[in-house]
Amino acid sequence: MGLIDNINKLFDHRIRLGMMSILVVNESVDFKRLKELLEVTDGNLASHTKTLEKAKYIVVEKSFIGRKPNTRYKITKEGKAAFEKHIEALENLIKQQR
Amino acid sequence: MVQIQFLFNFEFQSTFKMDSNKYLDDISKIKDLMHRSSRFISLSGLSGIMAGIYALTGALFTYLFLLPEPGQYLTLHSWNFRLIIIILISVALLSVLTGYLLTSKKAKKNNEKIWDETTKRLLISFLVPLVTGGVYILIKLNSQHYGLTASLMLIFYGLALVNASKYTLGNVKYLGYAEIILGLVCAALPGYGFWFWIVGFGFFHILYGSLVYFKEEK
Repeated sequence: MGLIDNINKLFDHRIRLGMMSILVVNESVDFKRLKELLEVTDGNLASHTKTLEKAKYIVVEKSFIGRKPNTRYKITKEGKAAFEKHIEALENLIKQQR
Repeated sequence: MVQIQFLFNFEFQSTFKMDSNKYLDDISKIKDLMHRSSRFISLSGLSGIMAGIYALTGALFTYLFLLPEPGQYLTLHSWNFRLIIIILISVALLSVLTGYLLTSKKAKKNNEKIWDETTKRLLISFLVPLVTGGVYILIKLNSQHYGLTASLMLIFYGLALVNASKYTLGNVKYLGYAEIILGLVCAALPGYGFWFWIVGFGFFHILYGSLVYFKEEK
């Protein structure tokens, strides 16, 4: 088994990795806050949330606050497990180097 | 053949090194985002020191002018009891105001927002035990139970700090534990509530504030 096997290709991207890091420690986060924290554009963020949603790592909840649409993101059980596995793999890789 | 193998290994190693740096970078980014998204900026140390000084000033004033003569009791409707309540409220308000001003100044400097979802959650988790305690103390006072007031204030304040510490950076929870322990000791030693209050709200704040302050300066 290679060391790289557990590295999740989906998380091999700054924005997706960032999104997972935020969602794993927050119950749910809305689009605006994600945008602020990650410092990305709307379009960019939307495409990456879609990728993670397709992988079933996050779920999207759409609702209205007054008349304003509000989109919130939550991490799924699978997402959490995958992210933990990824972190573990990163850790092991770095340990190997020392 | 051996040479090829060596070359291959060498190649592999060097790309691997690069990757490892990237992964280290990834980990630090993960940590940073986890913190920024879930943890409120730490309260400034100076606000802790100031809160302690307000508490001590209030206590000194109370000690000099408002404590009942030996052998006498404070009653709920006496003028000195009302003044003590006013002092307590002003100490609390001044501390909160100072904390807010200093923290928002610090937030501005670090380009952080003071009012976001984490702040809201921080405030709620802080206020639930605190308000519960406050109301409980008022109910007790209304039925002439004065004895445990200082102890209850310390305990509920400590619980509020521990509960809110999930959303803060730094070590507020240790201040919380210290207040809870002090409150419990205070409950076991009736009659010294005033002095325990001074230690918990005055000295502990100053001590904690200075520790944070010196850490910030570093």
